Amino acid sequence: MKTILLTVTMLFIGTLSYGQNKNAKASIEVDGVCMMCKKRIEKASLKVKGVKSASWNVYTHELKLIFDENKTSIEQIASNVTDVGHDTKSFIASSEAYESLAPCCKYRDQRVVDDHK
Amino acid sequence: MKSTIYLILLFPLFLFSQNEIKGLIMEQNSKNQRIPLPGANVFWLNTTVGAMSSEDGSFKLPYDKTYKKLIISYIGFRTDTLLIETPKSIFHVLRASDDLGEVTISTRKKSTATSYLSSQNISTISSGELLKAACCNLSESFETNPSIDVNFTDAISGTKQIKMLGLTSPYILITTENIPSIRGASQAYGLSFIPGTWVESIQITKGAGSVVNGFESIAGQINAELVKPTTDNRVFVNAYGSLNGRTELNTHFNKQISDKWSTGLYLHANNRSQKFDRNNDSFLDMPLTNQINILNRWQYINLQKGIISFLNVRFLKDDKQSGQLSFDPKRDWLSNTVWGSEINTRRFEASGKFGYVNPDIPYQSLGLQIAYSDHEQASYFGLNEYDIHHKSMYSNLVYNSIIGDTRHKIKTGLNVTYDQYNELVNSDIYDRNERSVGGFFEYSFDDLDALNLTAGVRVDHHNLLGTFFTPRVHARYTPWEKSALRGSFGRGIRSANIFTENQKLFATSRQINLQSSGGAIYGLDPEIAWNYGVSFLQGFNIFGRKADLTLDFYRTDFESQVVVDYENPYQINFYNLKGASYANSFQAEFSLNLMTYFNFKTAYKFYDVQTQYESGKLKKPLTSQHRYFANLSYESYSKKGDGVWKFDATFNLFGKQRFSSTEISPQSYQLPTYSPSVSTLNLQVTKVFSEAFEIYLGAENITNVTQKSPILSSENPFGSNFDTTFVYGPIFGSIYYTGLRYKLN
Repeated sequence: MKTILLTVTMLFIGTLSYGQNKNAKASIEVDGVCMMCKKRIEKASLKVKGVKSASWNVYTHELKLIFDENKTSIEQIASNVTDVGHDTKSFIASSEAYESLAPCCKYRDQRVVDDHK
Repeated sequence: MKSTIYLILLFPLFLFSQNEIKGLIMEQNSKNQRIPLPGANVFWLNTTVGAMSSEDGSFKLPYDKTYKKLIISYIGFRTDTLLIETPKSIFHVLRASDDLGEVTISTRKKSTATSYLSSQNISTISSGELLKAACCNLSESFETNPSIDVNFTDAISGTKQIKMLGLTSPYILITTENIPSIRGASQAYGLSFIPGTWVESIQITKGAGSVVNGFESIAGQINAELVKPTTDNRVFVNAYGSLNGRTELNTHFNKQISDKWSTGLYLHANNRSQKFDRNNDSFLDMPLTNQINILNRWQYINLQKGIISFLNVRFLKDDKQSGQLSFDPKRDWLSNTVWGSEINTRRFEASGKFGYVNPDIPYQSLGLQIAYSDHEQASYFGLNEYDIHHKSMYSNLVYNSIIGDTRHKIKTGLNVTYDQYNELVNSDIYDRNERSVGGFFEYSFDDLDALNLTAGVRVDHHNLLGTFFTPRVHARYTPWEKSALRGSFGRGIRSANIFTENQKLFATSRQINLQSSGGAIYGLDPEIAWNYGVSFLQGFNIFGRKADLTLDFYRTDFESQVVVDYENPYQINFYNLKGASYANSFQAEFSLNLMTYFNFKTAYKFYDVQTQYESGKLKKPLTSQHRYFANLSYESYSKKGDGVWKFDATFNLFGKQRFSSTEISPQSYQLPTYSPSVSTLNLQVTKVFSEAFEIYLGAENITNVTQKSPILSSENPFGSNFDTTFVYGPIFGSIYYTGLRYKLN
């Protein structure tokens, strides 16, 4: 009982005294068009060790991240996202990766983009 | 795409500077805390005009008269469509993925939605659905939902009882805003103590449920969300009158006190003072009632600090009088010539909730719930007296966080409860205190795609039930598009409050036999059961119209149970289960959107509920094996939203139900083995005159189906065969009602 209480208290204290870089916040621009893209982008980000939360907005193309700076970097996350086929502001996805996207997710094609409007 | 957004952002500046719409998007997490939701998408349907909510959840959008439907969406939340008439400010709460509806943007959200994504089998009844049955309290709110069966308990109290998976409400954990509320002394009549207008939405979880709210749930959980000062109408009035003499009045007043505090005062009163005896058995068909129910809520929101709190105080006074027409309580109390009954209840409740969400790390939050209630019932049924006084304290501390990343979420916390029961059963006094302290841990995994899994365990120490583990596991897998396959299992344990849960026994001449085994609760053992279930949901299109089909099967297996044995017509026996007791339930539900605003829902249920009684293994009495349900609802469409007509029809068929044995009674008091099957039809028409005012008119049981003589030996209520519990169908027949709703914002 006591240990549970202690654990819970510790967990809570832990959140209050987090280090500056353990829960670093950042956002990058990632290209994409639909909810499938969203799933793929977020999944790719979360697979990077150290990323705690990733949320991509289909309208603004903003990918909001919370991650541990000791374990990973924004570049690492961005490169992981490009690996699954999505361009970011600083990296362009390889054409193989882009081609592997589902037809509805081909964000470089203006017709696909227009379809989603 | 990008340029469009810039254009949108510029739009309001020079084009529609007065024509813009502002609002605040919040999310409601599983503990009902509201926190601002940044990054939610807000856009007008069929336009490219959209925006995203900012850090504090606020948004601004250009407005034009041609824009009618505002879509608010965010992954992991239910997408909502709001009908906007005027460019006023909007406060909207998105529901978290736990009670998630469809993710696809639909033109109109369904009033009852089963989730495609959550691991638990949860269906949510929205306020729209609640309006389909205009009446009146929580027990009647399920009439349009096939997962719950609503029956009359007896011919005296006029109360309705709900069943889920073939088990009565004591086996369902019923909470209001996740605080267990209908339990202990309020078990028998508690559902009628929550007025329908107070209910914002209801979540029904079939099967074991989550470990967070305690160890008691066995068949499922029902949570009622109440209206909140910040989201409810500023003024709301509902008046209801029916031809069976029932009148009701509900008023809501909500006021924002400061930028952080809001308060709401909700008053409910109902009364029935007219006596009816349509079946001429000298007994009232429905009790005379008088209820006053007052709730005051205080809501505190501080978005900068991530704090959301509620304080609630409630007082209830409910008086019922029943029995023979000529019964006068002052003159005939405990007389042995005129049979009568009074049930007088007083309840006081205070509860508080405190929620904190770390503004920097939105996935970390802490919630504390504390509730206190004092429930007192004084009653007599003919010469039987029954009083109960139940004081209860509940507290729950929940911490939410993640392991690694947001695909792995955890909930952990502590629970402390205290219950004090003082009961008087005729001349016997039963006093009992229950104390428990427990800790829980729940892990959920979501791969953001086809699979999620929730596994929880709790360990509790209880002074009468001992120390025990309660594991519960739920999983959902999506094998192909628009489908969800779910499975769950879990354990529940509870102490049976045999008298209050079976209060109908007092309105009989049966002798109470408590076969003590030396156990801790009335000399009996705690009830322990395992529940297993699988369910499959498939959505599809028929001729371009949306439809879905749900199939589920659940089994509840009792390891130990307090058997309530009515099989001897002169006795009621309580004893520990020796042998098997189980409830199998199968349900197939199909819903189809026939046209825009025209929906059809149908369901078939099969129950196999059996228990080993002393006289043999028997079907549970008064439980139908087959139930059929159908509902049609239609809404006329109007651009402005006024002048709308709403039509609703609900058909229910309950198959034959077994009567407990009357073999040894004299011939004239013997009943057949099974009751006939019963079907009822309810209709309701609502006319919406404007956003502020609507009138409804309806009929319950329009085909006037009744059970001819619901009371055995009604001509001799003090004789040894008097029994009011053999109720399988409506007693009163058709009921016509009308009412109005007035809203002011």
